Amino acid sequence: MQITINGEDQQLDDARLTIAQLLQVKDVESPDMVSVQLNGEIVDRSRYDATEISDNDHVEFLYFMGGGTFA
Amino acid sequence: MIDFTSEQLERYSRHILLQDVGVEGQAKLLGAKVLIVGAGGLGAPAALYLAAAGIGTIGIVDSDTVEISNLQRQVVHFTKDIDMPKVESAKEKMLAINPGIEVKTYQECLNADNIRAIIRDYDFVVDGTDNFPTKFLVNDACVMDNIPFSHGGILRFDGQTMTVVPGKSACYRCFFRKPPPPDAVPTCSQAGVLGAIAGMLGTIQAAEALKYVTEVGELLTDTLLSFNAKTMNFRKVTLQKQKNCPICGENPTVTELIDEEQALTCNLRQY
Repeated sequence: MQITINGEDQQLDDARLTIAQLLQVKDVESPDMVSVQLNGEIVDRSRYDATEISDNDHVEFLYFMGGGTFA
Repeated sequence: MIDFTSEQLERYSRHILLQDVGVEGQAKLLGAKVLIVGAGGLGAPAALYLAAAGIGTIGIVDSDTVEISNLQRQVVHFTKDIDMPKVESAKEKMLAINPGIEVKTYQECLNADNIRAIIRDYDFVVDGTDNFPTKFLVNDACVMDNIPFSHGGILRFDGQTMTVVPGKSACYRCFFRKPPPPDAVPTCSQAGVLGAIAGMLGTIQAAEALKYVTEVGELLTDTLLSFNAKTMNFRKVTLQKQKNCPICGENPTVTELIDEEQALTCNLRQY
């Protein structure tokens, strides 16, 4: 299927894929550090296994980023 | 309306020349109160620009002292300031740039007990912290007290920022529901960061504060702006306020402030 990840068109071999599997396929290093947006909505972390993506979906991997300083 | 002195008219002339800002906008800046949380990589450039811009009252919160490893990016601190409280070091430079403003220092760790008493005096908050419990604490307190703020984060060659106007735009928890597990978090002290990235991001945050106060342009609300300095690609991801957000959604589960795990980081070495 064809999906968009972080603005880039990507061709995936798999016909069915959950968010959890997509994170694996795309080699996301620390899935705990990513918030996933699917077609404009944030997917609850507990639903990664149950949420399937489909053709033409728009996926955003949003990374937790600290920076700055302790206060 | 403030009566500008001739020195003020000259000092702020490049703002006053801007049609969107003008004398009225500069008067708003002089009357504004902005709090900077963290006098580090992001807070340093923000502090310098906000002081230079003539934000009338600037608060700055940081419990730490200046260390030599800070100086690669925390441009408000100088080599002579090592071991000095960061808030004092920052205040000195801010007043050296602009003696016409007031700088309030808070040399303490922000926590669930003290944050609301500190932020309630301010119109806008710049979050320049580097630990997620404090980022969530700033978000939650600002949402509860209706204080707009700018989120900022940097790591390695990347930066991200968004502006939150509580009640109107998506908050940090709309995007990132809860802090990541402490052991999953790479920090600048472990992963490193290109110094100038702190400047790029901290100045974007300062610009958002100035835009909010002067009501000029469109804020980075409902938008996560992220960039990578290796490619210099900038991207905006839009997100509306989420109905199921744990704090600003329809059925909030976060109803009081809590100190999340990892809040003890104040005692650790500084990034």
